[in-house]
Amino acid sequence: MNDALDVTLRLLIVFVVFLTFPLIIGQTEHKVMAHMQGRLGPMYAGGFHGWAQLVADGVKFAQKEDVVPAGADRRIFQLAPAVALLPYLLVLLAIPIGPGEGAVGEVIDAGIFFVLAVMGVGVLGSLMAGWASANKFSLLGGLRTAAQLLAYELPMLLAAASVAMAAGTVSLPGILDAFEWWWLPWQIVGAIVFFVAGLAELQRPPFDMPVADSEIIFGAYTEYTGLRFALFLLAEYAGIVVLCGLTTVLFLGGWHGPLGADGLGWVWTLLKTAVLAFIVIWLRVTYPRLREDQLQKLSWTLLVPLSLAQIALTGVVKVVIQ
Amino acid sequence: MTLAATAGLLAAGPAPVAATETHGFLSPTGVEIAFLLVGLVTFGAALVTVTTRQLVHAALWLVVTLGGLAVEYLLLTAEFIAWVQVLIYVGSVVVLLLFGLMLTRAPIGRSPDADSGNRWAALAVAVAAAGTLIWVVVDAFRTTWIDLDGPAAGSTKATGESLFQNWVLPFEALSVLLLAALVGAIVLSRKAKAESDSPSVNSRPVTGSSPSVPDSRNHPIGRNGSAEGTEPSEQEGAR
Repeated sequence: MNDALDVTLRLLIVFVVFLTFPLIIGQTEHKVMAHMQGRLGPMYAGGFHGWAQLVADGVKFAQKEDVVPAGADRRIFQLAPAVALLPYLLVLLAIPIGPGEGAVGEVIDAGIFFVLAVMGVGVLGSLMAGWASANKFSLLGGLRTAAQLLAYELPMLLAAASVAMAAGTVSLPGILDAFEWWWLPWQIVGAIVFFVAGLAELQRPPFDMPVADSEIIFGAYTEYTGLRFALFLLAEYAGIVVLCGLTTVLFLGGWHGPLGADGLGWVWTLLKTAVLAFIVIWLRVTYPRLREDQLQKLSWTLLVPLSLAQIALTGVVKVVIQ
Repeated sequence: MTLAATAGLLAAGPAPVAATETHGFLSPTGVEIAFLLVGLVTFGAALVTVTTRQLVHAALWLVVTLGGLAVEYLLLTAEFIAWVQVLIYVGSVVVLLLFGLMLTRAPIGRSPDADSGNRWAALAVAVAAAGTLIWVVVDAFRTTWIDLDGPAAGSTKATGESLFQNWVLPFEALSVLLLAALVGAIVLSRKAKAESDSPSVNSRPVTGSSPSVPDSRNHPIGRNGSAEGTEPSEQEGAR
């Protein structure tokens, strides 16, 4: 009975986080982007600085008609948003936000492999959407999504492997237990590679070639309306939460902080995640979209060599300090 | 690789039957029942993968098959292998497959040329391969049982230790094989690029951008246009 209650409670908390954090990041994006561009952003919904704008958006999406194009492959078209969204829910289960076993949804022995594997599955949703829409812009978006995933999966894995080597374990809580402050400068190259590759995998600007709205409308999501479209948007923001949380855990020390590491560890995790999410939004406002060939070039000629160099450095330091 | 994978998938279905029959036959545990059910689902998905006439559906059923296999690994406590299976096969190999399909031909609805005259020969080969694998697995592991209450037999630590202590030589041989494939891929792609470079320099004035840009961009659009063009007639034929 106690076990069942414990599991239910954990699942419930993860689910609530999954439903609220992406919305908070979405609202922050509205306001931060607006102020960076000299606008006010949403001001009316909910009264105080438009805090309820995304709730209103959700209601609007729910009211819209759910259209499936006549030429589309119905079942796959309808299944795609779920395939895109659910993996992020599963990944959230494995991210520890504080010390000890109480602060993680589920301790997984091969945690790094679990999160990277399941995140990769999410891209299948975009591919299914791009193909099943029977729309040439969607198909182009799907192709670009696949090409981007294939290019950026490798540096992301290599950067994560570097941390695993440093910690001597592939479990996420294990990595945090082994963390020392000087890992920060030691693994900084890997951290940047991981974060950039993760951004590219989420198709966030400046890596949003697959959904480039000024040339292929909205890529794989062109034909989607109503709730299913909202699910894809939610997947993008859930992806930001997951990526920032993972970068925090792997490279920034998670719940470690200058003070109060015992009781307030989770505050540090959330703070670091929030700062990273702010950087994600900042990058979107700052940089223009990379062209398809520039995207590929960045990955294969810069990120992959950098991550390999990071692995070499990790190996050398690891041998020297033993 | 595909053949071996398919044979492996085919073997995954019937194998648990033999396992449950020899042990816990009268009172199977929950894990054994789950293993059997997942095995049946995996087997069914594998069958659909090779028999469906819609190409992209076949690739997506392959996702179910490979995912089911990963669940089987999990139930056998081989957690590390399970996640690597998801990472490599579901996350990369199937994406590559879908990419290739979408880049060349992936009509919505049935593909008229998805059927082959070799289906009986393929069935014979598949059954023979599955029979061999089942026989080998059953013969090798007949009396081996995993203690679910003890330390996980397939944890990352256990897998790593056995890989790098008992199986270093095959591991290194595989590494060399993969390295050779990698070098081969680079050599092939460089040769193709050198050949395609010379006409494009003649036909186009130098614009300052890299020559690979127009190639990689025009290609999918042109192919896509022709694929779209053939779609309606095929769909009308199907309905």
